[in-house]
Amino acid sequence: MKKELIKGNEAVIKGAILSGCTHFFGYPITPASEIAQAAAHYLPLTGRTFIQAESEIAAINMVYGAASAGVRTMTASSGPGLSLKQEGISYLAGAELPAVIVDVMRAGPGLGNIFPEQSDYNQMVKGGGHGDYKNVVLAPNCAQEMCDMTMQAFELADQYRVTVVVLTDGNIGQTMEPVEFPEEVKKAPFKEWSVQGDAKTRKNLITSIYMSTDALSKLNIRLQKKYAEIEAKEQMWEDFLIDGAEMVVVAYGIMSRISQNAIEELRAKGLKVGMMRPKTLFPFPKKRLQELAKTAKTFFVTEMCAGQMIDDVKLAIEHRRPVEFYGCYGGRTPAVEELKEAIELAYKKMVR
Amino acid sequence: MEKMETVVKGKPEALCATFDRKEGSDKQTTHYCPGCGHGRVHKLIAEALSDMGLGDKTVFISPVGCSVFAYYYMNTGNVQAPHGRAPAVATGVSRANPNSIVISYQGDGDLAAIGTAEILHAANRGEHLSVFFINNAIYGMTGGQMAPTTLLGQKTQTTPRGRSAMNEGHPIRMAEIIATLEAPIYVERTSCTDTKGIMKTRKAIRKAIKLQSEKKGFTFVEILTACPTGWKKTPSDSIKWIQNELEPYFKPGVYKDVSDKAEPLHRPEMIMDSEEIFKSLGLKKGKTPSSSAAAVEEKRIKIAGFGGQGALTAGVMMATAGMNEGLNVSWIPSYGPEMRGGTANCSVIVSSKRIGNPLVRNPNILIAMNGPSLDAFENDVVQGGTIVVNSSLIERKLSRSDVKAVYVPLTDIAAKVGLKAAANSVALGVFLGLENIFSREGIYEVLKTSLKKKDALEINIKAVNAGFEFAKTL
Repeated sequence: MKKELIKGNEAVIKGAILSGCTHFFGYPITPASEIAQAAAHYLPLTGRTFIQAESEIAAINMVYGAASAGVRTMTASSGPGLSLKQEGISYLAGAELPAVIVDVMRAGPGLGNIFPEQSDYNQMVKGGGHGDYKNVVLAPNCAQEMCDMTMQAFELADQYRVTVVVLTDGNIGQTMEPVEFPEEVKKAPFKEWSVQGDAKTRKNLITSIYMSTDALSKLNIRLQKKYAEIEAKEQMWEDFLIDGAEMVVVAYGIMSRISQNAIEELRAKGLKVGMMRPKTLFPFPKKRLQELAKTAKTFFVTEMCAGQMIDDVKLAIEHRRPVEFYGCYGGRTPAVEELKEAIELAYKKMVR
Repeated sequence: MEKMETVVKGKPEALCATFDRKEGSDKQTTHYCPGCGHGRVHKLIAEALSDMGLGDKTVFISPVGCSVFAYYYMNTGNVQAPHGRAPAVATGVSRANPNSIVISYQGDGDLAAIGTAEILHAANRGEHLSVFFINNAIYGMTGGQMAPTTLLGQKTQTTPRGRSAMNEGHPIRMAEIIATLEAPIYVERTSCTDTKGIMKTRKAIRKAIKLQSEKKGFTFVEILTACPTGWKKTPSDSIKWIQNELEPYFKPGVYKDVSDKAEPLHRPEMIMDSEEIFKSLGLKKGKTPSSSAAAVEEKRIKIAGFGGQGALTAGVMMATAGMNEGLNVSWIPSYGPEMRGGTANCSVIVSSKRIGNPLVRNPNILIAMNGPSLDAFENDVVQGGTIVVNSSLIERKLSRSDVKAVYVPLTDIAAKVGLKAAANSVALGVFLGLENIFSREGIYEVLKTSLKKKDALEINIKAVNAGFEFAKTL
């Protein structure tokens, strides 16, 4: 298709429809509302369903119902809304239902404000609801990836019967950039376990309750096996000016864009700095970090929060290298200059 | 599984012949206590489904509560829902497969306490559901605590001295509340006690399911049933207690019935044709060049003005024109409450290289369409950068000398071509005149696709040209 200048939030919906998503259930919240608005505009044009639910809780449960019935379905929200959805996400995991959730992060805690932050990392990557489960988490950093990763999310969700979260922030959601949409419309595959109100699926049951400890253990073993398989197969990342880098910056979403500028300028000054950008946050690109830890002297994590992903970096490299950090919170996006200074300072410490 | 589908004498087809999903060795009896109302209501529902031949089409939503295990018994598609969320889950199921018969089966804690929002709104949307609400005035599964329908004075584990209006409020009457809504077509409360009550319940269940099979809308049947264990009464005393205590407060009867006037409602058919879908999404086939002929050094632009001056739109047009010529571009507005406060600004980047941070803090070019914008951003412009000042509205000169100052009466020029509001197009023209990044034709093309009215298009093209000419005289 011809490129279209489009907001990341809107690209999500066009990508979703091209992926075969037919049901969107949402609730308005800044800075994610454009997603629901685009869904409300586009889905009904071709007889698809958009419902503005009475709450975030209802929205995620409608997703649970529609996913049970075998269609491709999604919701989108931001921090406070995601907190409300956690119960439903845990049930989705327990019932092994495929679903897609977009989280356009804003600043917290509490009502916080509507400006960007990356402080939902823990609640989306580490589980967030009750029980031992994981969401697959994809981290786009531009409008094109908002489309592409939403599309990929539907594939992964069906392949593994998991919830896939597209985790982004207010900046990426609100930025308009050229997006090339694919010239193909996908369809939800037939899901033999689903409950479709017909003779074929009548015998099926969607549930997450297992009264015997044995049965529940079995479910958990199956889930853990699935997560292990995802960890083995689905790690994605992007390297930027990584050749010969003695310091490796690890950043995702908007912070990877700001880091790109900072690194370009520092490289021009002769500093051996590069970046590894995780494109999947679960599975975290551990393999790549372990490789980099062999040659890099220091890692530098930067996030728009007090430091959440940094734990995963430390665990991935098993504390074999120092991990420096620069965080920024409250909804303020740091300037390139600011980050550059922080990296330079850490770099000097490394060389000394 | 084949075993489940055999019909055993005395059990309707929509009830499992043996309860194979049930834990333990006893696959014949239910997990319900003696005298509990659930088993009877399950059977009445199963009979109705069997008699109407709807077993295949039915999806039964089990709630949280004693009936969480309804799927042990119902020989239908089954979905178990989180506590209180059955109507939302049922909404998803029904919308995904509009031809299915969806039954949301809920207890009093589930429906009238934790799930009040979900039931009210599913009812209010007129979802195609049959809701069966089992009201036994107690929490059975968790061991006999207060329900929203527990009567005043009734002793439970969490109202050991009896429910008091002052502390716990009054028992809630759901059928009456649901009946006040516009969408539901049939709302009845029955009491599943003696033969007469059971027959009324049977009739109500059948009516609700039949109406759903005719796609006529939302139906709600509240059924008073016994919980001898929770009430600490014998089954026969429990029946008496329903009749003497519950029924006077929760009066059986039809609370709403407009079913004779209800027309079948059909959900729209989904269009599956790819071309139609592309069209609906406004996608255009073809290729946009992915690199430009000339290398463009990255331009970081900030356009700011008061709401209505079109600063944001000018930025979008600039970025679109850049994209069409194969450049990398980005545009981001200042978003949030400030956009309601009168000033609006956007960051635009145009570059041959991959763009990093889309937020422009230190622009090469600032277009200040009003005074507050100049005050806010003048000092951010990089040394050697350019500031376009709308001299129609800004009287002062720049306070710095290390940038190029371009004073243009944007608003006056726009007024001269016939539309004051086209000051943003004049600004675009000035930008093109100053920076030879992309062609005027490119901007015309963008204007053509965004402006549908012919005279608006002509005026804006004139405005672009006027701005361009002005810049060339500098």
